[in-house]
Amino acid sequence: MRPFEYTSPTSAQQVPALLGKSWGEVEIVAGGSDLLSLMKDDITTPRRLVNIKQVAGLHAIANEGGALQLGTLVTLDRIGAAQQIQQHHPMLAAAAGDAASPQIRNVATIGGNLCQRPRCWYFRTGHGLLAQKDGKSMVLQGDNRYHAILGNDGPAFFVSPSTVAPVLIAYEAKVRIMGPRGSRDIPLEKFFVIPKTDQEREHDLRPDEFITHVTVPPAPGVRAAQYEVRQKVAFDWPYATAAVALKMNGSTVQSARIVMGHVAPIPWLSIEAAQALQGKAVTPATAEQAAQAAVAKAKSLGHNAHKIQLARVAVKRAILAAAGSPAQAAVERNGFEGGAA
Amino acid sequence: MADDNTRYGWPAADERSLIGKRLSRVDGPDKVSGRAKYTYDVHRPGMLYGKVVRCPHAHAKVVSIDISAAEKMPGVKAIHIVQDAGAEIHWAGDDIVVVAAVDEGAAADAARAVKVEYQPLPHFVDDFAQPKDVAESTDPLTQRDLFTMFNNDAPDEQVIAAVQKRGLAFKVTPEMAQRMKDNEVSENVIKTLQAAPVKQAAPATNSPYKKESESVKGDPDTAFKEAEVVSEGVYGCPVITHCCLESHGSIAEWTDSDHLFSHISTQNVSGVPGQYAQALKIPEANVHVHQDHIGGGFGSKFGIDRWGAYTAQVSKKAGGKPVRVMLERDAELEVAGCRPSAFAKVRIAAKKDGTLTGWQSDSWGTGGPGGGGAPPMPYVVIIPNQRKQHTAIATNIGPARAWRAPNHPQGCLITMSAIEDAAAKLNMDPLDLMLKNIDLAAPRAAVYREELQIAADLIAWKQNWHQRGQGSGVNKRGLGLAIHTWGGRGHDSNCSFTIHPTGAVEIKMGTQDLGVGTRTAILIVAGDTLGLPINQIDLKIGDNQYPASGGSGGSTTIGGVSSSTRRAAVDARDQLFAKVAGALNAKPEELEAVGGNIRVKSAPSCSMSWKDACARLGTQPIQVIGKNPGPGDLISSGVGGAVMADVSVDTETGIVKMNKMVCVQDCGLIISMKTAESQVYGAMIMGIATTLYEEKIMDRNTGQMLNPNMDFYRLAGIGDVGELVVHMMTGKGYDERGPIGLGEPPTVGPMAAIGNAVANAIGVRVPFLPITPDRVVAALNPQGGSNATV
Amino acid sequence: MDDLPDKPAKDNKPKESKETSSGTGVSRRDFLKISGVGAAVPLVSHVSALALAEDQAGIQGPGKVPVSLTVNGKKLNAQLEPRVTLLDALRDQFDLTGAKRVCDRGTCGACTVLLDGKAVYSCSVLAIDAQNHEITTVEGLGEPVRLHPIQQAFVDNDAQQCGFCTPGFVVATKAFLDSHPNPTLEQIKHGLGGNFCRCGTYAGMRAAVMQAAKTKGA
Repeated sequence: MRPFEYTSPTSAQQVPALLGKSWGEVEIVAGGSDLLSLMKDDITTPRRLVNIKQVAGLHAIANEGGALQLGTLVTLDRIGAAQQIQQHHPMLAAAAGDAASPQIRNVATIGGNLCQRPRCWYFRTGHGLLAQKDGKSMVLQGDNRYHAILGNDGPAFFVSPSTVAPVLIAYEAKVRIMGPRGSRDIPLEKFFVIPKTDQEREHDLRPDEFITHVTVPPAPGVRAAQYEVRQKVAFDWPYATAAVALKMNGSTVQSARIVMGHVAPIPWLSIEAAQALQGKAVTPATAEQAAQAAVAKAKSLGHNAHKIQLARVAVKRAILAAAGSPAQAAVERNGFEGGAA
Repeated sequence: MADDNTRYGWPAADERSLIGKRLSRVDGPDKVSGRAKYTYDVHRPGMLYGKVVRCPHAHAKVVSIDISAAEKMPGVKAIHIVQDAGAEIHWAGDDIVVVAAVDEGAAADAARAVKVEYQPLPHFVDDFAQPKDVAESTDPLTQRDLFTMFNNDAPDEQVIAAVQKRGLAFKVTPEMAQRMKDNEVSENVIKTLQAAPVKQAAPATNSPYKKESESVKGDPDTAFKEAEVVSEGVYGCPVITHCCLESHGSIAEWTDSDHLFSHISTQNVSGVPGQYAQALKIPEANVHVHQDHIGGGFGSKFGIDRWGAYTAQVSKKAGGKPVRVMLERDAELEVAGCRPSAFAKVRIAAKKDGTLTGWQSDSWGTGGPGGGGAPPMPYVVIIPNQRKQHTAIATNIGPARAWRAPNHPQGCLITMSAIEDAAAKLNMDPLDLMLKNIDLAAPRAAVYREELQIAADLIAWKQNWHQRGQGSGVNKRGLGLAIHTWGGRGHDSNCSFTIHPTGAVEIKMGTQDLGVGTRTAILIVAGDTLGLPINQIDLKIGDNQYPASGGSGGSTTIGGVSSSTRRAAVDARDQLFAKVAGALNAKPEELEAVGGNIRVKSAPSCSMSWKDACARLGTQPIQVIGKNPGPGDLISSGVGGAVMADVSVDTETGIVKMNKMVCVQDCGLIISMKTAESQVYGAMIMGIATTLYEEKIMDRNTGQMLNPNMDFYRLAGIGDVGELVVHMMTGKGYDERGPIGLGEPPTVGPMAAIGNAVANAIGVRVPFLPITPDRVVAALNPQGGSNATV
Repeated sequence: MDDLPDKPAKDNKPKESKETSSGTGVSRRDFLKISGVGAAVPLVSHVSALALAEDQAGIQGPGKVPVSLTVNGKKLNAQLEPRVTLLDALRDQFDLTGAKRVCDRGTCGACTVLLDGKAVYSCSVLAIDAQNHEITTVEGLGEPVRLHPIQQAFVDNDAQQCGFCTPGFVVATKAFLDSHPNPTLEQIKHGLGGNFCRCGTYAGMRAAVMQAAKTKGA
């Protein structure tokens, strides 16, 4: 890493003034599990790190009548273990409790998880966020097996890397953002933004803003499940994930939120899939239809057609898992849980 | 006088106190408590840290280098230009300049300030596409071309024809001729080689492809014409790398102007001093190399490499202060060695009853700029009538380097996959097909028969095997098998063995322990011979000041160090017997060393303790050197091995799950059972990783590696390997062969066995490894898949 | 030419001195050079607001600052740049080389240590951030003549070959067994899923973890 200054403010109000005016001058270090890697690879070269772990008021898990408020510094392992979250937002507890590895979960904060940078290997080997060379996209010209199948008109072709974000979006979460002029709340699906230039980032923050809290409304009776298609049993980037939250009206779906991860530059809230499921009972056939709708607009970039199938399978399996009993909102993966064929 | 075999020969099974037993490895406690020091851990007084400027281009000329800014940076003590202006770089990541500074931060900051100008040149990194329309090479044969022909058992007529047609690129020296004679190359061939004209190669063309001469054996045309069934397929695996957890590197310091001390992560303690001597133009005797532990080698750490030499050079520039350069993880994955890829289109001719009659293969692959030789095919099962052709592809992927069992995993994958596909076409159980043709696997047909039977029992093959692609439901299960082989004759080794009058026993050997249990094996041999527990013997390895022993490669260590130790221990023990025989009223040859005592064989109560016996040495210790080779037949060469895999495949996601894998392995006499079994478990796990996850992914347009990290250069985790079963062959037919190397054989079969199990499960062949979800999806659904060529 | 205001030096060196207070040679001017910022370009535009914020927040570095770490029950002190990771501090400052540097990106587990009893990748934690925590390294669990039951179980079941991944696994196992004293195989697969072994010692490790779980006081 290049040399940097380091500062540990103790109040949230101090933070914005310590941040930079453009991206990359100053970085926030929370858990640091993504940031330090980015700095070691010179992807970001801040001259100052602002450690927010000492800031008061950002560490709490608060639950009021089923509504959840997470301070930005709450780590994934705490989210996974919190009894109240297991009870009121089980898909979130399951997703956070299974993300990455135990060592990552012990330090990775929910705020950091939402702000983590893409894994696109052109980006990570120093070719810029949009990986352009001589006016052409290195992704389109190169190996795009892990790149976007939706929202991929360009110039951004990377996929959103957070496995927890789709879950939060399915639960209609909001983020609270603090800047020099105060705080604002936005729905999480609006937080993620597809950048058009290398100088932007993948979210709505301005360089002198930071996330302070994530709030999740109560989800009484919501049937929710996430399905993750990843090759290895643990600690492997998924090909596709789907987080599904169903509000039921008896045995039919009143409304659905179906959010795919790792398939588009932002978590992909699929209106089409939700519409396909609305008013229907959940069966393998209707789940398949909704899954087809979810990827109807998906396009291969040349090397990633398999992600279309894998996304479709993730959506279908997540819907079927969600429609199981509310207690069984476990994260499923690989289809092998509970034994072999 | 007892003959050498009787004197030195391994004890019979009922006489072994330690040999073949399960003892915990002696360096375990140091490793689990973090006290074991590897090169990466060592801090020498005043040590400086080196960081390296690397070329970002896959192919380029260095135009200019400006170190003036870097030299002025704080903490910088020396800068050395590794490859200067004019140098041609052949892979991205190659070293250009090294900076030594007081700490890593300062070194990295200064490295960033070095300005290098490059002239990029055209690069080529595509080895997946089958080369088309390439004419056979007319270049004179290189040593490597010859080597490949010998390895492939090319018939004499074919070698002679190729030599006469193309000439040689080198002169055959008397030493070469002798070596060929020792390796049973025929007189005719040697004579032809000696008479052959030495030619210059034609100027290099722009083509990366070099097509070797076709090789024909027997009558393949007739075999295919008369075949009742012909099976065809495409198979292959990409370039992978070693991914040693301890990266390559060393600490070099000059104790005076022409004496070098090096602490280096190496699998060749006795061999690298000579390399330093040559690179630095100092006498080998002036080079002191030391290493206690190494974090992985797998064939990649035999040399000092470019970075070993320049670490010594930059240390000299820093006034001889110790400088440590360890490769960063991305460099380690980019430049520390490629296992060559191998792809092939294969046809097999067979009779309806399963007799395999013909083999035809067109293969291609790369190991880097040097191309890549054909793997041995057909592998182990030597189908009689063959036509083979290979095209080597020169690429800028990185430098080729030996990876466990060089070329065997690739040859095994292609051959066993083709045989499994032939079985499917014949509607035969591949186990039956293999057994039917097992005599083609002479000289170890009997071994394979036995091993396949045991493996089949362990995995319940007959109960569970079914025809391809059966079963309803999304998850499909399948079985696959492979057999493999390796040589593994013990290398040259010298063992210094001392018995002190105090009773202390001391062994010194310039060998190394890669984690295979070499220390434990040496101690077991010594302890068994002397009748002592291993904790009473002091063993020192890892230093070239000890008697030389071979590099740990080719699975030659166990045979070498066991036999040199055995001979030394026997000689030392016999000298002790000579000293104490009188006191026991016996002749020396009537004595034995058992359970910490020296006693008379026929009257065991007539004995004295080890300590008392040694006290009779007076002031003179017993000091002997045991060697390999040496008197008595203690070792041999050539092992078999059978692997069977049981997988389940989610046909909607393409994810392969390992249910179970079995390896039945012979390796002659097993010295240390626990560590031997671990070798086999480890090989199977490495096999799972290479089959399901590993590949060096190159960007066509930049020629750079896209996954120089452990996110995307993936290894198997503890949850990915399924149930593993190891069965070691012991007893009659195996023990009498003496210890044979085990480091490589079990690494060979897993790719093929797993690939075959997947084909059996889903009913179609996934042609190219690694078997990732995208490749399975593509195989199941050619329209909906992608990465069609990979 | 703009420049950053000098902080009052702790050891009363003259304000315009090129040396930092700790004398490592990375002065503010060097720092700007190293970080690629031209001397003419201000780091941030609101210099006065920044100075105020700085004074309140206490900016440290980029040169060396005193860092105090509690490791295996002992207080260890060093002068470190903020960019030094906990892993590098343990290895290079205190010769606690059990934790290894393999990927240096938080993807392989070889650098695992415990922070207040929780397993973390020490390569991805700044040393300066690890202050005021209880750090446990593999050395703190046991020594060759007095191994922790987990370490003994690894030896007994031959759960190590080259040994480079072993300390990371031992420490990760400690944390795992602390929270899963009676683990199922399934739990082990996930609990140790953050560590990788290249030599392939998982078979021995699974047995070692089960043995250690049975041993009291693990």
